[in-house]
Amino acid sequence: MQAYDYVLKARSKGRNTAIDFINSIFSSFLEMHGDRRFKDDPAIIAGIAYLKDIPCTVIGVEKGKSNEEKQKRNLGSAHPEGYRKALRQMKLAEKFKRPIVLFVDTPGAFCGLEAEQRGQGQAIAENLLEMSALEVPILSILIGEGGSGGALALALANEVWILENGVYSVISPEGCASILWKDPSKASEAAQSLKLTSKDLYQLKVVERVIKEDELMMEKLQADIYEFIKESLKKDGQTLKTQRYMRFRGI
Amino acid sequence: MRFKRPKNTLEGEGKKSRLFPKDKSQTKDKKEKASREKVNKEAKINRESKDHKESKEEIYCKKCKKYISRIDLEKSLHICPFCNHHFMISPKERIKILCDENSFVEHNQDLKSVNILDFPDYDAKLEKAIKTSGENESVLCGLCSIGGCETAIFIMNGEFMMGSMGQITGEKISRLFEYATDKSLPVLGFSLSGGARMQEGIISLMQMAKVSSTVKRHSDQGNLYICVLTNPTSGGVTASFAMQADIILAEPDALVCFAGPRVIEQTIRKKVPEELQRATSVMENGFIDDIVSRKAQKTYLGLLLKMHERKEVKNASI
Repeated sequence: MQAYDYVLKARSKGRNTAIDFINSIFSSFLEMHGDRRFKDDPAIIAGIAYLKDIPCTVIGVEKGKSNEEKQKRNLGSAHPEGYRKALRQMKLAEKFKRPIVLFVDTPGAFCGLEAEQRGQGQAIAENLLEMSALEVPILSILIGEGGSGGALALALANEVWILENGVYSVISPEGCASILWKDPSKASEAAQSLKLTSKDLYQLKVVERVIKEDELMMEKLQADIYEFIKESLKKDGQTLKTQRYMRFRGI
Repeated sequence: MRFKRPKNTLEGEGKKSRLFPKDKSQTKDKKEKASREKVNKEAKINRESKDHKESKEEIYCKKCKKYISRIDLEKSLHICPFCNHHFMISPKERIKILCDENSFVEHNQDLKSVNILDFPDYDAKLEKAIKTSGENESVLCGLCSIGGCETAIFIMNGEFMMGSMGQITGEKISRLFEYATDKSLPVLGFSLSGGARMQEGIISLMQMAKVSSTVKRHSDQGNLYICVLTNPTSGGVTASFAMQADIILAEPDALVCFAGPRVIEQTIRKKVPEELQRATSVMENGFIDDIVSRKAQKTYLGLLLKMHERKEVKNASI
């Protein structure tokens, strides 16, 4: 399979979206809305849920399934208020000493006039700054598309995992081809060069684990997340913070 | 005069009020007020329905324009069976619906407001409010458990001067937060208010600062504060403790605002869209975490409290 096939697979219809992961892995999910500043961004879902017996803060980028829902959720492209909503929930997680689990699946942060006016760049920057210092465990799982800064703003984590058909990249292959070669049809070549597949990312040490996509995925993922969270909760806040610092310092 | 505005709005009167009423109009205002209060006495629960004949047996739902038997309404937790309109309920009824049986213990129930500023007619108003509501102040505070989780709780009372915030209201809520900080307990609040109590002037304003200070101390110790916004939450209460909770919930269709629609219309001379200050819009605008129907509240809040149980504190105290 070529790199671009992975891209198409990551974007394909019928793929599990964030809400599927939340509902299969967690229980009693209570969704919390709003950034307490400007809007509730439907592209980001956030809330509190149980992972077996551990209350966690769960955040996901939701692309939506039906056409209507996709439109509402802006195809998983968050506005600044979406990142601010996520940060607010992460800050609450820190206050109540809850671990944070994020499911990332986005073509990228939304590029639009209003997003610019409200500070898309600033919102992402603030998430990176604050997430680097949170004193609770953070686990990010890339479940589909990992589009650039919009994905990273939810992935400054102690560990980053990726599904085997997931991708994570600084830019979409189409964008890369049109900027470098002024020819979007060369997306396939661009995808190859960008090293954006799960296998490449693992080799580059950008992700810790590649999750196999089979029928047992959800079950296994639940067990893996539980184990990771349980181990992480044994560490104190300072240790977790330092570990995260070292993780990115080494890249 | 600023404080007076939201209150006027919430009494649901039909007359035009000016931004700066002249002295001349005040006697007229008084007369109108007296007659209005007479009507309101008959329809204590639903203050907005004064244009419709209500009886001992039936109450009028202004939202869907239907009559509902009072017995049915009580059975359905004071939610309109036709349109899901949440009627105002007294704090005692809310405790019955929400708290584990016999778990509620009231705090500071004897604290009473006094007419600090010698404000005209305030004494009589207070006396009347105490009589009609059967409570000493516009907020009920205490300790209870929900789904087995212990929590401090305050519930504001719409039958007591439209839940306006006086010095004692602020004092009772502040004492509750201090108590909860001391015992590492969460605080669950039900806000309902026309805003600060203008009869207590600047002292009333100061309650916003006082309560906020105790909320912050409680929060800094890692304690949970949940506030449920009920219809209506406005003015100084919105601008202080109602919006300071870790988790802000609202009852369906609750009016949540700083300035009421009438004040805004008089200020900007434009019509305010009816839905703008309703819970759904306020949530879309990012200020409410979720809307929870009264029927679901016991389960929802029980779960939320359980998710936030402080094990380290529990263990330490054993």
